Formats: sequence, structure tokens, C-alpha cells
Amino acid sequence: MDLELIKTIGWILVKIVAIIVPVILTIVYLMYFERKVIGFMQARVGPNRVGYRGLLQPWADGIKLLFKEVLVPSSSNKYLFIVAPMITMAAAMAAWAVVPFGTGLVLANINAGVLYILAVMSLGVYGVIIAGWASNSKYAFLGALRCSAQMISYEIAMGFALVGVLMAAGSLNLTEIVMAQQGGFWHWYWIPLLPLFVVHWVSSVAETNRAPFDIAEGESEIVAGFHVEYSGMAFAVFFLAEYANMILLALLAAIFYMGGWLSPFEGIPYLGQWFAFVPGPIWLILKTCLFLFLYLWFRATFPRFRYDQVMRLGWKVYIPVTLVWIVVVALLVQFKIGPWFS
Amino acid sequence: MLENYLPIVVFIAVGMVIGVAPIVLGKLLGPNKPNTAKLSPYECGFEAFEDARAQFDVRFYLVAILFIIFDLEIAFLFPWAVVFQQLGWPAIFAMGVFLLLLTVGFIYEWKKGALEWE
Repeated sequence: MDLELIKTIGWILVKIVAIIVPVILTIVYLMYFERKVIGFMQARVGPNRVGYRGLLQPWADGIKLLFKEVLVPSSSNKYLFIVAPMITMAAAMAAWAVVPFGTGLVLANINAGVLYILAVMSLGVYGVIIAGWASNSKYAFLGALRCSAQMISYEIAMGFALVGVLMAAGSLNLTEIVMAQQGGFWHWYWIPLLPLFVVHWVSSVAETNRAPFDIAEGESEIVAGFHVEYSGMAFAVFFLAEYANMILLALLAAIFYMGGWLSPFEGIPYLGQWFAFVPGPIWLILKTCLFLFLYLWFRATFPRFRYDQVMRLGWKVYIPVTLVWIVVVALLVQFKIGPWFS
Repeated sequence: MLENYLPIVVFIAVGMVIGVAPIVLGKLLGPNKPNTAKLSPYECGFEAFEDARAQFDVRFYLVAILFIIFDLEIAFLFPWAVVFQQLGWPAIFAMGVFLLLLTVGFIYEWKKGALEWE
């Protein structure tokens, strides 16, 4: 090991901490805001006892879970049982390596960024299915089956939607995808790719097993699904990974369809100049928060789907819609239809 | 070129640490008083009736097989989507034929009822 390499790795570690610490803080406060927002939507106040307005509630929950017993059922496959939450968490974290937060503000600016994110996100399904299998419990097993079938079904819809984005941007690099949307909010891909945008976003909700697609944990029938046997920190890790994935998918929706860190006032006289001082990452955070709020809003609004409805939506609605729209995008790009593809 | 991937390797290692550390901490800090009732699989208070790894619906296999086909299709579409602007009409027609064949297969499995979950 020469000194140069150690220096490089040290510098990389500093950058990684600069990414992961805000992500973890966002996870913690997303939990708080979920309870608060859903509370207000149901005419309650939500947590308001621990700390000022309940702001310390997620920390209290975390510390409580830390001091709970981590049980490993005697009939389970002990190693797989413990490894499953670790896989889920590692996959949920690793995807952040290629996410850009602004022009040049990216840890690894690789050309295959989208491919990497898709690959790492697919690894999440291993955590689920290993957890369900290793638990050797009926609820966990059923939950894992449903959950993995749902995740792979919506991964296809999401993959097809991404093909549309790649065709429009002509690159797999996340920074270049954002840069291809420059020139004002009417240049962002949510207009020419509107059906793909809707499919991608709803698939994001289904991928993370959030309401109304939370049949995988359907507490009224299979109690908690694949993680029914987990307790203490092992359970908390699944929980944290779910929220990390929510934030990642909200951020990706902002990058792929809502112009990433580009200002929404770009190209508008006066407004554009007035808001020019706002740094790009602020816009990206605001857009991500918008999508995160949608997650919470959906959960408070929609009743849970039945399993056959979930599968029908994924296979019989979304896949045909995306297939048709890929052809439309090919023609839009080929005939250079403005203002997006001129 | 390849050194762009070094941060990713380090990031994956850090991600693993973040996955492992809480569980190890929980094991160390939490109590450890197991008993038979705690360690038996959860079945709403009953003794577990039989092994959980019983037969399950064949449609889950079917979904997995269809997933492989469609995921390969996506893997095939990705590189094409990046470069088709440079390749022009021949690339579009070639991919059109490919998608048409897969759509025929998709219609067939739809009509066969492979996508039904009554």
C-alpha cells in the first residue's frame, strides 16, 4: 500500500460520509414527517411528546430498538436470517454512490450510472426473499413470495420507462441526463415522457412496497410479511433500508423527469434572474421532498390493492403502455420534435 | 476509466458496514434471554402446525420466468437506447422487429392466461 492510494481512499471516505450522513438524517426525519403528515391528514397531531413538537421521537424509537433483544428463531437458517437485513441495507446504501447532487457534485461520475443503479436496486429483492425463506415461518414465507413477485414485476415496468429516458437523453450518465433537460421546465422530460413518468413513479411506490402496494406486509392478513420474525435492530435495519430506498427513488424521479437540480424558473424573464442565486442542490432537494410527500399522501389516501389488482396493473397496463410509448419516443427523437429533441 | 469505479467499491464496503453495525450493536446492547416460546415461529399464538416451506402457487414461478425474458429485453434495449440517435432508421427498424416478436409472445402469454391472478 503506497501513501498515494491511502490518501485517495481517505478522501473518498470523507466524501462518502458527506453523502451518507445527510441520507441517514433524511431517513430519520422522513419517519417523523410520515407520522406527522399522516396525523394531520387524519385530523390528529402525530407525535408531539418527545422533544420540541416531537422532533426527538425517531431518535427515541431508534434507541428503544437498539436495546431490544435480537431474536433468531430456532427453526430458522441462522446465518441467512442474520445476513438478509445486511444485504438489504448494503444494497439500499450502495446505490447512492453514483447519484449526482449538482453539476460535478457526484462521488462516482461513471458512464453506466443508470445501469449500476438498476443493478443495485435489483439486489434488494434478495434480502426480501432470503429473509422470508430463512425465517421458516408461514407469514414470512408468503410475504416474501408476494413481495418478490411484485418487485420483479414492477422492475420491468420501471426498466421500460427508463429506456424512454435513455432514448431521450442519449446517455446512461445521470449528470448528462439532467443536462439534456436544460432550458426551462417545459424542456423537462415529464412532458414528452408523461406516460413513462407516471409508470415510473407508481412503480417506484410499488418497488418500495409502500401503500397502496403494501400487500407484502398486509398487517390484516399476513401480519408483517417477510420481516415478521425480526426484532430489535434486525427489524430496524429493514425499516431503514425501506426509507433509504424511498428517498433514492424520489431523487431519481426528480433527476430523470423533473430536471434534477435545474431551476424551474430557468428561461423565464425576470423570475429566472430573481431565482438565479439559488444553488442547484436546493432545487433537487425541493423536488425530492415533493416526491417524498407524494409517498406519504398516497399512504394516507388510498386503500390497499388486492394482489390480483397489483399484478394486473403491472403486467397488463404498465408494460403495454411503456412499450407503446417507447415507439412514440423513438419517433419524437428521430423527427426532432421540439422543444425537447431539436 | 476504471479508477472511476474505486469510490463505488469503497461505498459498497461502507454500505455493508452500515448494514452489519446496527445488528452487531443490537446483539451486544440488547438483552439475550431466549426461551422456547420466543424462539418458535410466530403463528398468532398457536404452535406451528407444519413446516412453513410447503407447496406454493406455480404462478410465482411463472412470474419469475416471464421476468427473466422481459429483463433480458430491457438489458438489450439499454445500449440500443443510448446510441440509436446516431444509428438512425436502420436501428429503429431492427429494434422494431425485435419488439414486435416479443409483443407477439406477450400477447400469446396474455391469451393463455399466464397473467391471470383471479
